[in-house]
Amino acid sequence: MKVQVLYFASLREKLGCASETVELPDHVVSLGALREWLAERGGVWAEALGAAKALRGAINQAMAKPDAPLAEGAEVAFFPPVTGG
Amino acid sequence: MLAFEKIAVQTDDFDVAAEIAALRSHPAIGAVVTFIGTVRDINDGDSVSTLTLEHYPGMTEKALADIVAQARQRWDVMGVTVIHRVGLLKPCDQIVFVAVAGAHRGQCFEACEFIMDYLKTEAPFWKKEQTTEGERWVEARVSDDQAMARWVSE
Repeated sequence: MKVQVLYFASLREKLGCASETVELPDHVVSLGALREWLAERGGVWAEALGAAKALRGAINQAMAKPDAPLAEGAEVAFFPPVTGG
Repeated sequence: MLAFEKIAVQTDDFDVAAEIAALRSHPAIGAVVTFIGTVRDINDGDSVSTLTLEHYPGMTEKALADIVAQARQRWDVMGVTVIHRVGLLKPCDQIVFVAVAGAHRGQCFEACEFIMDYLKTEAPFWKKEQTTEGERWVEARVSDDQAMARWVSE
């Protein structure tokens, strides 16, 4: 399964990456699993995406919980808690 | 059925008088409640010179439309306008405008507050401040989560 992953705000700056397309291994089927898998890259990825960090995620431009399933071609995003208004 | 709706994410400033005039043109409207958020020159004790607002194009508009739809389900309101600016802003600049029009004020007050509380916690905007101490991303506030949560428990 291939998905596009977007990063925003402080997370994008920390990772030095705004977007990427990734081919997922078979066991990565949910938003939470994708986050864990990306954190396994180590370095800034482990620091920024590790379980201790307060982050939110979206699938196809809607807020999603860690157990939300991923689908082929999905647009996934990770970002810090929002601060608009 | 009258249902005026305007949702905009823009770098340009907005004209409050013109926005209200567009919203309240129907004679069935008897109340207009508005909220305007502006840039403060101080945050967490440091002087703020400018503010940069980033968002998630596409998702932002969807999130705002969803919040307005939820408000319409809960309250009997006729018109809603939500405008949020992005890009570089300075103290005193307008950031956000929420206006709700309806037959009576009670429904409009509550819907306006609901939209702002949800916008603060559910719409993908992020603020970065340029202060005398350097640049920093604004941290989310627990008080905003609490303000949103009270609409769920009611």
